[in-house]
Amino acid sequence: MKSLGSIRRAFAPWNDPEARPYIVFDNVTKRFGDFTAVNDLSLKIYEKEFFALLGASGCGKSTLLRMLAGFEEPTSGRITLDGQDLAGIPPYRRPVNMMFQSYALFPHMTVEQNVAFGLKQEGMPKADIDKRVGEMLRLVKLTELARRKPHQLSGGQRQRVALARSVAKRPKVLLLDEPLGALDKKLREETQFELMDLQQNLGLTFVVVTHDQEEAMTMADRIAILDKGEVMQVATPAEIYEAPGSRFVAGFVGNVNMFEGTVASRDAAGARIAARDGLTIDTENPGTAEPGNTVAFAIRPEKIRVSSRPPERADVNAVEGEIYDIAYLGDMTVYHVRLESGQVVKASALNAARVTDDPLTWNDRAWISFRPDAGVVLTR
Amino acid sequence: MTDAALIERPAAAAAQARPALASRVVTAISGRLVIVIPYLWLLVFFLVPFVIVFKISLSQTAIAMPPYTPVLDLSEGLSGLWAQLGELNFDNYAWLADDPLYFNAYVSSVVIAGISTFLTLLVGYPIAYGMARAPATLRPMLLMLVILPFWTSFLIRVYAWIGILKPEGLLNQALLAVGLIDEPLVILNTHTAIFIGIVYSYLPFMILPLYANLERMDFSLIEAAQDLGCRPIGAFWKITFPLSIPGVVAGCLLVFIPAVGEFVIPDLLGGSQTLMIGRTLWNEFFANRDWPVSSAVAVILLLLLVVPIMIFQQAQARAQEQGR
Repeated sequence: MKSLGSIRRAFAPWNDPEARPYIVFDNVTKRFGDFTAVNDLSLKIYEKEFFALLGASGCGKSTLLRMLAGFEEPTSGRITLDGQDLAGIPPYRRPVNMMFQSYALFPHMTVEQNVAFGLKQEGMPKADIDKRVGEMLRLVKLTELARRKPHQLSGGQRQRVALARSVAKRPKVLLLDEPLGALDKKLREETQFELMDLQQNLGLTFVVVTHDQEEAMTMADRIAILDKGEVMQVATPAEIYEAPGSRFVAGFVGNVNMFEGTVASRDAAGARIAARDGLTIDTENPGTAEPGNTVAFAIRPEKIRVSSRPPERADVNAVEGEIYDIAYLGDMTVYHVRLESGQVVKASALNAARVTDDPLTWNDRAWISFRPDAGVVLTR
Repeated sequence: MTDAALIERPAAAAAQARPALASRVVTAISGRLVIVIPYLWLLVFFLVPFVIVFKISLSQTAIAMPPYTPVLDLSEGLSGLWAQLGELNFDNYAWLADDPLYFNAYVSSVVIAGISTFLTLLVGYPIAYGMARAPATLRPMLLMLVILPFWTSFLIRVYAWIGILKPEGLLNQALLAVGLIDEPLVILNTHTAIFIGIVYSYLPFMILPLYANLERMDFSLIEAAQDLGCRPIGAFWKITFPLSIPGVVAGCLLVFIPAVGEFVIPDLLGGSQTLMIGRTLWNEFFANRDWPVSSAVAVILLLLLVVPIMIFQQAQARAQEQGR
C-alpha cells in the first residue's frame, strides 16, 4: 500500500524508528468497580504531535485524558511522559494542563485572573505574570475583555479564555476534552483552524478527546480510534479513512459500503473475492486475507461510479442493480443502488456539471463499478 | 372595494383587539396579585404587630388591664385619640440608655451569638461539604439525618444537654472513666454550655444553605485549579470557599438572628449569671410585667438585627449589579 501520510505535512515521527515517543501508555488498564473503562491499552504519542482520541461516549477516551492529567490513577500499567513515570504524581505537579469540556472557568475571577491563576501558583513574579497574561490574551484576541467575568462572555469567548488559561503555563502537553463541543457549527469550524495554528506556533503537544470525527480528521496529525476501552487503530486521518484496519473503524469514520465474501484467490498483486450477487471483486489491497477467509470488502461511496450502461473497461469490478433512492445534496448526489440480494450500495457523485448527460432516476437499472485499488479488504 | 367594507375593517380589527387587551389587563392584574400576596402577608403578620409593639413601647406602665397607658380608644372621638397619642413618649428608650444592664445584655447577646455562629460554621461547613461530595445515592439519607433532630421537641433536646453536661453527667462520667480528667469539668451554667447548646440546636440551619450551595458547585473547578498547580488545600481557599460565600452568609444569618434573641438555651444551660437580651426581655415582661420597657427592648433588638442585614443586602445587590 502506498504511503497515505504524505498528503499531510511532512511531520511523521511515528514512522521514524529512531524517534523517542513523548507520552507512552504501557498496558494501561483502568477499572471503576466492575466496569473496565480502559482495557490493557498501549499507545505512543510523539512530541509536538496533535493527537486525537476519537470514539463514542463511554469508549474510555476521557478516562485516558484524566489519567494523563492525574485525576485518575491506572488500575494497572504505566504512563510515562518524557521518560518520567507519572504514577503517584498529583495533578498539581504534572507538567500538563487541561482544557475542560465545561471550560471550568472560575466564576468569581475576571478573565485576567483566570489566565493568571496557574502562573500565580508557580510563584512567577508579578511583572512576568502581567506580561504573560497580556501575551495570552492577545493570542486569543481577548485583550479588551480582560476585566470581564466569565458570565459576561459568550460561549466562544469563554472557550478562548479556557484555552488561554490552559496554555499560559506552557505545559509540556495540553489536554483538550471536547474543546469545541459547546460551540455552534460555524464557530467550531473557525476554531478548529485557530487551534491548529496555536499548536504550531507554540510548538506544544496536543492530546484532544473528541467524539466528532470531522473535528479529529481536520485537526489531528494522528487519530486513535477507541472502542470499549481498547485502541482499534492509530493512524493519520488519511490512513484511517482510506485504509481502515477493521470493520469497526471503517464503519465509524465516514460512510462505507461493506461487501461480505470469501477470498477466492490471492497473489502478490492482490486478491479476488467472491461476494454475493454474482459480484467478483478484484482488489489490490488484500491486507492479511488468505484464500478461504471470510472477509469484508470496504469501499467509500465516492469511489463507486454509477452508470446506466455496463462499464466498458474490463479491469473494473462491476455489478448490476436498481436505483432505489437518490439524495441530491447540492454539491453531490448520493445514489442508493439495491442489488439482487437486497443489499443497498451507496455511491456518491460530484455534481461538477450542472446537467448530466446520463440522467438516472428512481427504479432505473444501473451499474455500479469501482477500480481494483478503490477499497480495502478487512479481516477483522 | 365598497365603502362598507372600508368601514367594517377597522371595526373588525378593534373587535379583535378588544379580547387581546382584556387578557393583557387580566395578566397584568394577576401578575400584581402574585406580588401583593407576600406583601399582604408581611403587612398583616409583621408590620401590624410591629406597630402595636412600637406603640406599647411608647406608653407607660400601669397597674391595669392591659398593664400600660394610654390605651388607644376611639370612644372619646378623634380629639380624644389625639390627646391619647400626645401622651406617648420615648421615656422607655431613655430608660434603656440610662441603665447599663440593657446595654450589657445587648452586647453580650451579640457576642455570644457571634461566637456561636462562628463555631456553628466551623462544625457545619465540613459536614455540608462532606454531604455535597457524598455519592448522590447517599445524599437524601444524609439530608434526612440532618433534619431528623427536629422531630424531637427542641425543649427536650436542650434539657438532654443538662444531663450530658452537668458535673455528674454523661460527659464527665465518660471522661473520668477514660482517665482524661481527675475531677469533673464545670461546663453547665457557663458560656461554654451556651455555645454547645446553640451550635447543637442551630446546626441544621447552617448546614442546609451551605449544602445547597456546595452541592450545586461544579467540581471540575477544583480539578481545574489543581491542574493549574494548586494544592487541594489552596484550591479550597481560592475556589471552593469564595464561591460558597452566599451559602456561608445565609447560614450565618439563619443562626445569628435567632441566637441573638435566644432565651431557652441561656436559661437552661447558661445559669443565672449569663446576661442575654432574650432573658432580659422575658424578665421585663413576665417578672416585672413592664410591657412598655420589654416592647422597647424588642424594638431595639429588631433594629439591631434588621439594619445590618439591610446594609449587607444592599451591598450584595450592588456587587451583583457590578457583575458578581
